[in-house]
Amino acid sequence: MNVKMRTVNTSVKKKDSKALVTGKPVFTDDLAPKDCLIVKVLRSPHAHALIRRIDTEKAKKVDGIACILTYLDVPKRRFTMAGQTYPEPSPYDRLILEERMRFVGDAAAIVAGETEEAVDHALRLIKVDYEVLKPVLDFRKAKDNTILIHPEDNWESLCPVGADNHRNLCASGGEAHGDVDGLLSQCDYVVDQVYHTKANQQAMMETFRAYSYLDAYGRLNMVASTQVTFHVRRILAHALDIPKSRVRVIKPRIGGGFGAKQTVVAEVYPAIVTMKTGRAAKIIYSRYESQIASSPRHEMEIRVRVGADKNGILQAIDVYTLSNTGAYGEHGPTTVGLSGHKSIPLYRTPKAYRFAYDVVYTNCMSAGAYRGYGATQGQFAVESAINELAEKIGMDKVKIRELNMVREGDIMPAYYGETLKSCALDRCMSRAKEMMDWDKKYPAVDMGNGKVRGVGVAMAMQGSAISGVDVASVELRLNDDGFYTLMIGASDMGTGCDTTLAQVAADCLECDLDQIVVHGTDTDVSPYDSGSYASSTMYLTGMAVMKACGEMRDKILDKGAEYLSCEKNSLEFDGIRVWQPESGKELSLKDIGNKVMCFNEKMLSAGASHTSPVSPPPFMVGMAEVEVDIETGETELLDYVAVVDCGTTINPNLARIQTEGGLAQGIGMALSEDITYTEKGQMKQNSFMQYKLPTRLDVGNIRVEFESSYEPTGPFGAKSIGEIVINTPSPAIADAIANAAGARVRELPITAEKIYRSKYKK
Amino acid sequence: MQIEFTLNGRLIYEETAEDETLFHLLRRKGCYSVKCGCETENCGLCTVLVNGISRLSCSYLAARADGCEVVTLEGVQEEAEEFGAYLAAEGAEQCGFCSPGLIMNVLAMEKELDSYDEEEVKEYLAGNLCRCSGYMGQLRAVKKYLSRGVNRNEC
Amino acid sequence: MVYFFGDFNKYIAYYKWYLLIKALFTDRSSSTREENLVIRFKNYVKAESLKEAYSLNQKKSSVIGAGMMWLKVQSRVKMTLIDLSGLGLDGIEETEDEFIIGAMCTLRQLEVHKGLDRYFPGLFKECTRSIVGVQFRNGATAGGSIYGRFGFSDILTCMLALDSYVELYQGGIIPLEQFCRQELNRDILVNIRIKKDGRRAAYTSSRLSKTDFPLIACCVSQKNGTYYVSVGARPARAELYVISSKEAAGYEELAGIAADRFQYGTNMRGSGEYRKHLAEVYIRRLFMALDREEG
Repeated sequence: MNVKMRTVNTSVKKKDSKALVTGKPVFTDDLAPKDCLIVKVLRSPHAHALIRRIDTEKAKKVDGIACILTYLDVPKRRFTMAGQTYPEPSPYDRLILEERMRFVGDAAAIVAGETEEAVDHALRLIKVDYEVLKPVLDFRKAKDNTILIHPEDNWESLCPVGADNHRNLCASGGEAHGDVDGLLSQCDYVVDQVYHTKANQQAMMETFRAYSYLDAYGRLNMVASTQVTFHVRRILAHALDIPKSRVRVIKPRIGGGFGAKQTVVAEVYPAIVTMKTGRAAKIIYSRYESQIASSPRHEMEIRVRVGADKNGILQAIDVYTLSNTGAYGEHGPTTVGLSGHKSIPLYRTPKAYRFAYDVVYTNCMSAGAYRGYGATQGQFAVESAINELAEKIGMDKVKIRELNMVREGDIMPAYYGETLKSCALDRCMSRAKEMMDWDKKYPAVDMGNGKVRGVGVAMAMQGSAISGVDVASVELRLNDDGFYTLMIGASDMGTGCDTTLAQVAADCLECDLDQIVVHGTDTDVSPYDSGSYASSTMYLTGMAVMKACGEMRDKILDKGAEYLSCEKNSLEFDGIRVWQPESGKELSLKDIGNKVMCFNEKMLSAGASHTSPVSPPPFMVGMAEVEVDIETGETELLDYVAVVDCGTTINPNLARIQTEGGLAQGIGMALSEDITYTEKGQMKQNSFMQYKLPTRLDVGNIRVEFESSYEPTGPFGAKSIGEIVINTPSPAIADAIANAAGARVRELPITAEKIYRSKYKK
Repeated sequence: MQIEFTLNGRLIYEETAEDETLFHLLRRKGCYSVKCGCETENCGLCTVLVNGISRLSCSYLAARADGCEVVTLEGVQEEAEEFGAYLAAEGAEQCGFCSPGLIMNVLAMEKELDSYDEEEVKEYLAGNLCRCSGYMGQLRAVKKYLSRGVNRNEC
Repeated sequence: MVYFFGDFNKYIAYYKWYLLIKALFTDRSSSTREENLVIRFKNYVKAESLKEAYSLNQKKSSVIGAGMMWLKVQSRVKMTLIDLSGLGLDGIEETEDEFIIGAMCTLRQLEVHKGLDRYFPGLFKECTRSIVGVQFRNGATAGGSIYGRFGFSDILTCMLALDSYVELYQGGIIPLEQFCRQELNRDILVNIRIKKDGRRAAYTSSRLSKTDFPLIACCVSQKNGTYYVSVGARPARAELYVISSKEAAGYEELAGIAADRFQYGTNMRGSGEYRKHLAEVYIRRLFMALDREEG
């Protein structure tokens, strides 16, 4: 199909924008039935404990309490809450409730009642007798520790990811190519450093929430703020031990996800209450719960060894990642892979590489998926190491990248051997350099007032969908009067994919955007889609839309031929009519739409699925300019420049907002967002008072441009944009600070005190 | 206890518990635009106007609204649509969960400040967190909105 | 000047905050139920006079005043909330020789008050602008901030360096510094008085992010060669140290002496050692700024 871009590559408003800006009730909690039960979870105060006895008698007598559930009341089949394609790489290490508490905040009991007051009251009356166990809180000491987080016999790992619950291992493994140690020993310059990133919270403004009810057929209906509707269906069926056919999942508007909602954090609780009581039930996580018992980024400690010859050409790179999956293994085996697979391939020159990893269980909050998914951590480490290497060589940090960066046409051994068909990384670099006025500002400018301004650079890549695994399907229908219904299984979580996919369809069908009605996800209605994660939506679902549109056009021509009594191959469809150029005979789409509603044996519907054997990486260059107070270490981010190659931008405005938003999150990760624990394993940053998201005063000035390449396997040449955008700030800001203050901080977030300590060796 | 207040221009008599927050009362009365994002007065999602001043309804006692004029986004739909159009034109509403609170505070700002420079705008809106947009698109929208028609913009 | 409605919720906001802070900074709370942090009460009384408010406040079960911590563990006790908003305590009065700031005056009022800004150029803007956001500052009150004597209070740090007094319903007018050293009791803070004694002051703070709690807060004022140095968020509550410019030869030494007089502690925002370093740097810079202004 050869189609012209009309709405693709234009900045149309999102289809739901008016409802959103006028505050219409379109979110989960706005839609929940008014008489539904309020569900809350009693949470463990201990990082590691066994419930000896749990007494709910007094609590049950509270007026308005409908049910209280403990580990005695739940199915005994283990499952994972990770929203991944079956069989999930994440281990089956969860029950809805169990005797063992594995982190502060782990679920000890579920309480449901008519009012919040009643539920709160009952929660206070539940008496739990805990046998407090010694926790494992330091992830560096978790592997092969005598204290086991998951000693249970029915723990199960479905995929060969090197997991072993008797060693506290959620996954381990590695790969190598060439003689890393030999090459490194011959290098003129070698950097060997360890970098540490924290368990950042996605902190979407809408916390986790869901409600459920039984429909007229006695099926469990779940309305959830989720990115993975179909995975929710499967996971609920597993957790509740009921057939999938008895579960329906609907996604309303979502108040942000960023990967948090790729884990089924809250859904099981109302679901089991509805199953037990037959009543509608809803859970709304408080911000406190969302901070302490959710699915943040995996904390990682990454050792990088990288060497170059005297000309600055990289020879070998060695990456070892230790990842902290916390109490449960959601996304543990997969995130760690990206820390190597999406950092090492940024460079074409190394003749050898090695990547090894361990993912360990600890008694910290369970980790999950957060935008960037391991690549963010890996790129902070590798990009920082490259910057340190450039310092050793005495080479400009842009120059070292220009010499070594991956280029279009390269085969990437550390990226599953894929060939790079589209890459504008070189153009991104030169444009960013221009925008930042790099040559004038690098490495630093002394302002003469005790403040020094420095600039820093980093590159990033990501994937576009999980190759060979993710599947996207869409269905397209022609309705009377000739408008279309596009049914997608991908979740619009504010990103605008309902709109951007409609843009693709509108151009393929040569119609106005208004002619495409998009139906959000409902597992009873939508075709299967693995979900909105792994930067897959536009790349994968977009291709499925194109395929379905092609099929639809073909079917419209069939009908036109039938109704006009013409040979199909003499006809053309221009989006408005089917016509025969030689005779001028024509039939409007409107007439075809109406005509098929009567005396017709073939409905005008087209469905298509798409999966991809490759995962083409988008690329990006980020440059930061900071001002450091040399005496105190206090740092101000002044300017952030980003140039992105996401292939064709389907909707430039939305792509820009994705970029600016991801950068702001990355800036928070770099400078202020921290997760730390007390000695007893209580998480300290358990509210927005303590977990410091950047405000609009903290993000400096963010400037974004696009340098498009054309990805032949993507819709209209598009690749992904959603995740890559979070990756550059940490390494670029760290480097800008190093250039300004001579202080290299290798642990995030880079606070003023850390800069001060690094500079003055205190 | 019984309170009497004006909600979006309509006089309301309402039974409220002594310790009910205005946030709860408003959602109970169907003002679903009012959202909660944090419980610690940090996020600004629950912003409403009480007697014309932007307030965090999550820490405002319903009992205190007695005799006050309370306005939520439901009561300023035209203004919401007007500013919202600028926001949407940038794609900056994104998930939309923080939009109502932001819009309420933008309207308060428009009323309170005589002139606006960029720093002032950013400072005035600093209590409105957004996790999607990175704030730049919101700033572009606010600047364009404030300089619409009349040439009063000093951004 | 816009007329602001002062109200009790400002107190609530602050008290709730205070409870959270307490719970978060002292690692004592072993429970993870956040409803412990939710204030519940049964009675609401809008006081018609200070006398009424004071007498209601003498009962253990009422709010404003001391002993808020028990609320946290007994969240369903029969409590009375006393609202002071009907008592006209929400204004800033400027007289010939002082400013009288009502207890219910909001932080936003302090921020934008023209008289305060004329007499102390930029000072009150600087010590309020970083407090969460405009909506928050439209709620939180000067009284709440001063009465609670919170360690993180920018307002307390700032006012302590000025010639400030508090008027208590029972206790009468006492210097703010003296009030700071008192334990919380059941008296009612009526207003804060700042004398126009000719001091010039400057304020600065360090924060992890722009609207976070301060990591350190410093205010220095100067009059006739005497510096009044107030340092808060150490993380303990602000204290005052008065030092004559003659005590040392240079700013650096002077600042060193001043910073040395305070105790610094460690919490999740920073170490005591770093706080002390910041205090030293800031005090020196504030000395210099004030003298530069003069010169």
